[in-house]
Amino acid sequence: MIGGHRHANSNHTVAEGTMRSIVLTKGVPDFSEGAVSFDEDGHLERGKTPTVMNPNDEFALQAALQTKVRHGGHVTGMSMGPPGYAEVLQGAMETVYADDTYLLSDRELAASDTWATAITLSAGLEKYQEEIADVDLVFAGFKTADGETGQTGPQTCWAMDWPIVTHVIALDIDPDERMLRAKRLVEGDIDEVETVEAPLPCFVVTDPEFEPTYRKASHRLTHKELRAETQQRAANHDDYLTMWDHTDLNLDPDYIGLDGSPTIVSSVDPIPKAPSEREATMIDPAEDEIAPVLEELQPHAAEAGD
Amino acid sequence: MTTETDVYEHYEAVVVGCGPGGAAAASRLADHGIETLVLERGTEAGAKNVSGGLIYAEESAPYKIDDLFDGFRERASERPVTDYYIHNIAGNAVKTYDLTDLHEHDTDWCDAVLRREMDSWLEQRVHEKTSETGGGVLTNVHVDGLLRENGEIVGVTCDELDPIKADLIVAADGVNSELAREAGLMDWEEPDEWFQGVKAVVDMDPDAIDDRFDIAPDEGAAHLFSGDLFSDVRGGGFLYTNEDSLSIGTVFHLDSLVEQEAEPHELLDALLTHPVLAGWFQNEYHEREYAAKLVPDSKKVAHRRPYRDRLVLVGDAAGQMQAQGPIIKGMNHAVSAGALAADAFAVTRGNRDPEAAGRRYTKLLNDSGTMDKLRPQRYELSRSVSEHDAVTNAVERVLDSPIGSLAVGNPIADRLLERAYNSPFLVSMLPDTKTGYVTLPTLIAEEHGKTIYWDSDVEPPSLEERIGDLTYDTDVGNPHIELLEESYEESGAAVTACPVSAEDFGGGCYRSETVKTNGTAETLVSLDTQPCVECGTCAIVADTEWEHPRGGKGIEFREG
Ligand SMILES: Cc1cc2nc3c(=O)[nH]c(=O)nc-3n(C[C@H](O)[C@H](O)[C@H](O)COP(=O)(O)OP(=O)(O)OC[C@H]3O[C@@H](n4cnc5c(N)ncnc54)[C@H](O)[C@@H]3O)c2cc1C
Ligand code: SF4
Repeated sequence: MIGGHRHANSNHTVAEGTMRSIVLTKGVPDFSEGAVSFDEDGHLERGKTPTVMNPNDEFALQAALQTKVRHGGHVTGMSMGPPGYAEVLQGAMETVYADDTYLLSDRELAASDTWATAITLSAGLEKYQEEIADVDLVFAGFKTADGETGQTGPQTCWAMDWPIVTHVIALDIDPDERMLRAKRLVEGDIDEVETVEAPLPCFVVTDPEFEPTYRKASHRLTHKELRAETQQRAANHDDYLTMWDHTDLNLDPDYIGLDGSPTIVSSVDPIPKAPSEREATMIDPAEDEIAPVLEELQPHAAEAGD
Repeated sequence: MTTETDVYEHYEAVVVGCGPGGAAAASRLADHGIETLVLERGTEAGAKNVSGGLIYAEESAPYKIDDLFDGFRERASERPVTDYYIHNIAGNAVKTYDLTDLHEHDTDWCDAVLRREMDSWLEQRVHEKTSETGGGVLTNVHVDGLLRENGEIVGVTCDELDPIKADLIVAADGVNSELAREAGLMDWEEPDEWFQGVKAVVDMDPDAIDDRFDIAPDEGAAHLFSGDLFSDVRGGGFLYTNEDSLSIGTVFHLDSLVEQEAEPHELLDALLTHPVLAGWFQNEYHEREYAAKLVPDSKKVAHRRPYRDRLVLVGDAAGQMQAQGPIIKGMNHAVSAGALAADAFAVTRGNRDPEAAGRRYTKLLNDSGTMDKLRPQRYELSRSVSEHDAVTNAVERVLDSPIGSLAVGNPIADRLLERAYNSPFLVSMLPDTKTGYVTLPTLIAEEHGKTIYWDSDVEPPSLEERIGDLTYDTDVGNPHIELLEESYEESGAAVTACPVSAEDFGGGCYRSETVKTNGTAETLVSLDTQPCVECGTCAIVADTEWEHPRGGKGIEFREG
């Protein structure tokens, strides 16, 4: 269409094959304010510490927004935590983007470690796929700033039986071929970048180095429009928020929350350390080494799925 | 993959720059239902812009800004100008004339503005309007060149975006227009075609303004200053009241600044610390912002055919900045020109000749009387005689003689002088020589002036403090100006003329340094663009490769 004439508004037409994304966001204590409280045993007193969105989740949201700008579709923000975490989701909607949000919240889910969180989130994703729509992409940020485990993303993925691409710094999607092409840091090393491909649906963990790129004016106009819309929505966030508790998710309390957590965090450092190692793996779910993990997860996942 | 690298995006119109010229063009294009994309390099419109600034709505103009933007005066401007004076200064002697008649000639209304607030408000309105016809405003985008196809201009290239094609390209990119230069329509060679404006925005409580200037909250004052307070540099000073601040600045002929090796910030300080201003400050002086920008002189450079192929120039980019004696009119003409360019495109749309819009626009500039204001015929006729050095010298000698003092000094002359200053006809003919700017005002003050017997206690900030207070997003490792010639002969003028550099000041952009090699000493010039306020001066007075920084980078003005 070189030299061809486009009519008004044609720059806004959305490409074929719109993408549905879910971004997993997590609340973390607001370390920046120096207002972090610990109890006598060194446990975080979450009730007394202000909660904000995990800063690294912003890159996951940016990746989802870029996908929507380029291909159209829908972005859902999802989180697990106490009802107060609605503010985290509202923050995600306000500062980056979300069409709607889901909070998996229940007293029974309290104090979950990353495994139990992963199971709960997997159950949330299953329910979403069954009742709302098929999902093409799940995005998560790199490492949560409080637990320093960096596990929730990959673990949720194993539970979902999807391919995963970690340490993503740039992203391109071909909706027709249903393929994702990503630039990623090999071993999390900033100097070594490789390009990988994965079929959709796929799980993407963004690196803090992730940068969205918009080289077309029409994309930037769409981006500007979407940003204005999401800020308006965030002002009435409750209208866009869905809450699911453990009965909605059909989860057995014995397997979730504190009871379902195989690891108990004994204490945490008051100040998060710089990530000393960045575990990054392109995981083929069929690989043998994951099989035991999946086996371990099986009862939970089955519980959640059926 | 569905990448479309072989297909460029296309819009019916692309407008480069969202100052008054670009905003007017885009708004009018949208009125005509034309799909319009506006690209602005600032992080917000206004972040890069500086004016005095009084925006005029002329009765005779084809467009006034409030015709295009409803609510402009309520939402985007400061105080209306209700009082207008010029102060002729000789030492501590001051003779003040009321210039209200000149000011009100052909003026429907006139408001003081601060450009960050004004332009960012315009940007929002423009985005609303242009979104409805399939376009919009994008900030943080620096257009770095013209897209050509078989030698013909068909679009723009950008630092941040892939190339974009358009049926109409409006260069509303201000003074130092990279697009006008690349199209070969304007050059950046002659210092005598430009002025340099330098400005301070000074805090003042609204009540204090009302009280000290003797005005009501919905009134405003404008004061102009000329005479010997700027030594022999040709130009003058201004002071305008905003809602809760004052805009105080100086505008000088660039060639005169260079000739006199004057330091712009010192000339501004000469005004700020003059006793004539002391009563207004009452020993309080808090400067919010220091800023500077070049200003084209339309009498010399307003382009008579400001188009090439699908490209049209509007506003400062086309040199459409009229200095009518002490009154500076650039924003209003940029508005008229922008709107006329849009109208021209609307009626020629679909014409196969790519220059149809440009030709039509030129005709509208002439028919509306705009071009005649920008390049008055009578100036062209009188200029050759009156700016001639010999004539200037002769007139200077007469004014210097007892007869001259007698002529200017008698009581009848006083009345005539006030009338002469208020005559738009005479003012537009004032030659751009020392006589009009320095000798005559000095003589008037000496003969008719009252002497002020108090001093000013105002201490303006140093250049270093001024730079320190400015906001920059430095594009580290990617300087936008390259010094091509480091000899003092070629580039030394920038050391003094750059408003954020000075001789013997190491914290500015340009520095000079004497280097000894093999027994011979040589003075060399070096450049660090970090403190640059993007005024454009060194593009003219030094040997540089000069571009604006990438989108969003560089200086960010909060007031303007
Ligand atoms: C000290 C001073 C006092 C003045 N006083 C007055 C006064 O009292 N009254 C008056 O009417 N005029 C005054 N002027 C002149 C007036 O400011 C200008 O004439 C007017 O701003 C011109 O408007 P414009 O739209 O053509 O350009 P600008 O207002 O300069 O706007 C150009 C826009 O284009 C953008 N841009 C530039 N290059 C690019 C690029 N490559 N890519 C993308 N964007 C780009 C800029 O960021 C800017 O927003 C004064 C000027 C100065 C410096
Ligand atoms: S370096 Fe050049 S453009 Fe920058 S402030 Fe100095 S004279 Fe102006």
